[in-house]
Amino acid sequence: MSTSTTLLALLEPGPAYGYTLKQNYDRWFARRRPLAFGQVYSTLARLTRDGLADQVEVESGHGPDRRLYRITAQGVGVVDEWVFAPEPPEASAAGTLHARVTVALLSGRDPADVLARQREAHLTRMRALQAQRRGSTGPELLAVTYELAHLDADLRWIEESGARLGAVREQLVAAREGDDDARG
Amino acid sequence: MLEADGVTLTYGATTALRDVSLTLAPGSRTALMGQSGSGKSSLLHCLAGVLVPDHGRILLDGQDVTGLSDRERSRLRLERLGVVFQFGDLVPELTLAENVMLPLQLLGAGRAAARGRALELLGELGVADVADSRTGAVSGGQAQRAAVARALVHEPRVVLADEPTGSLDTVNAEAVLDAMVALSGRIGATLLVVTHDNLVASHFDDLVLMRDGAIDSSRTATVR
Repeated sequence: MSTSTTLLALLEPGPAYGYTLKQNYDRWFARRRPLAFGQVYSTLARLTRDGLADQVEVESGHGPDRRLYRITAQGVGVVDEWVFAPEPPEASAAGTLHARVTVALLSGRDPADVLARQREAHLTRMRALQAQRRGSTGPELLAVTYELAHLDADLRWIEESGARLGAVREQLVAAREGDDDARG
Repeated sequence: MLEADGVTLTYGATTALRDVSLTLAPGSRTALMGQSGSGKSSLLHCLAGVLVPDHGRILLDGQDVTGLSDRERSRLRLERLGVVFQFGDLVPELTLAENVMLPLQLLGAGRAAARGRALELLGELGVADVADSRTGAVSGGQAQRAAVARALVHEPRVVLADEPTGSLDTVNAEAVLDAMVALSGRIGATLLVVTHDNLVASHFDDLVLMRDGAIDSSRTATVR
């Protein structure tokens, strides 16, 4: 998964401090391994250097400066491209697909389109593998059918997720409304 | 060329197909996919002339088959279509060879010629050794290969299959699908397979997806 692009996408709803970004990242994407603060700030520095984000204001106080970041138009373009570009279809390639679908849901892009593009990429690869399988024997046959089985499993997840998008979207909206209420 | 033109089909209060239009080019190989209840089997049965739509037309090589009598549609199916169902639907009282001979004999071929052609095809499908066994005495995979042979033996213009490998394990399914694709390709038949299985769909060039009785055009793809 692209941590920097995912962090960038979390700036789309509005400017945010590094601390809030880390909280949101851990909540939506880092189910097992929370992001280190150091990585958040180094990533934000890099995104700023590359013109994908900029600093809206710097708040000085007793502790370290608090910097409010926002996404640039160029940054939105990078997120757009990343969300909709299918992963190269290979065994266990769906790792970032979950993140791209989540970003699409959070940002108002069409997650069904993300899934449909990936589905087509997977099926294209599977057709090529079927042709290869017909001429394969021995270990090559095992390798080809291994990849086919994994792509098939990815596709089952894509189908299931397509059926769940409506419910997941509602849950995200409810979670966001909860956040807004908490902020007052 | 096989076409559905604005086909609507209802079962009582349930609409199974809503204004479905689909064109299958000669020699094309298409997977028709969708969830249970999406209408894919209903569409296949309309295309096969088994069901008559409430509205719209089914055209086979330009001929509207919806206005034909039951007898005429049966004759058309016999001459120009081959159909494979999930469980083969072979005649249990007959041997595999006799099942495969049936279409040829119904079309007027002599017994010896029909048997020769049936054995040839069963041999290509790897089940010659059980050609004289009845369907109850062979495995599901062997019976399904015979069903494929029966659908193709008279070299139809169109082969329609409804979940043809739904009851088979992966290896047997691959063999049946490979045979169906290769044999239909050799005779230049148009092939349409209904499936809910992506692995099955990946054997075919074109993909049509159905949802709620209609074709989901946003997810219909041709990839070659």
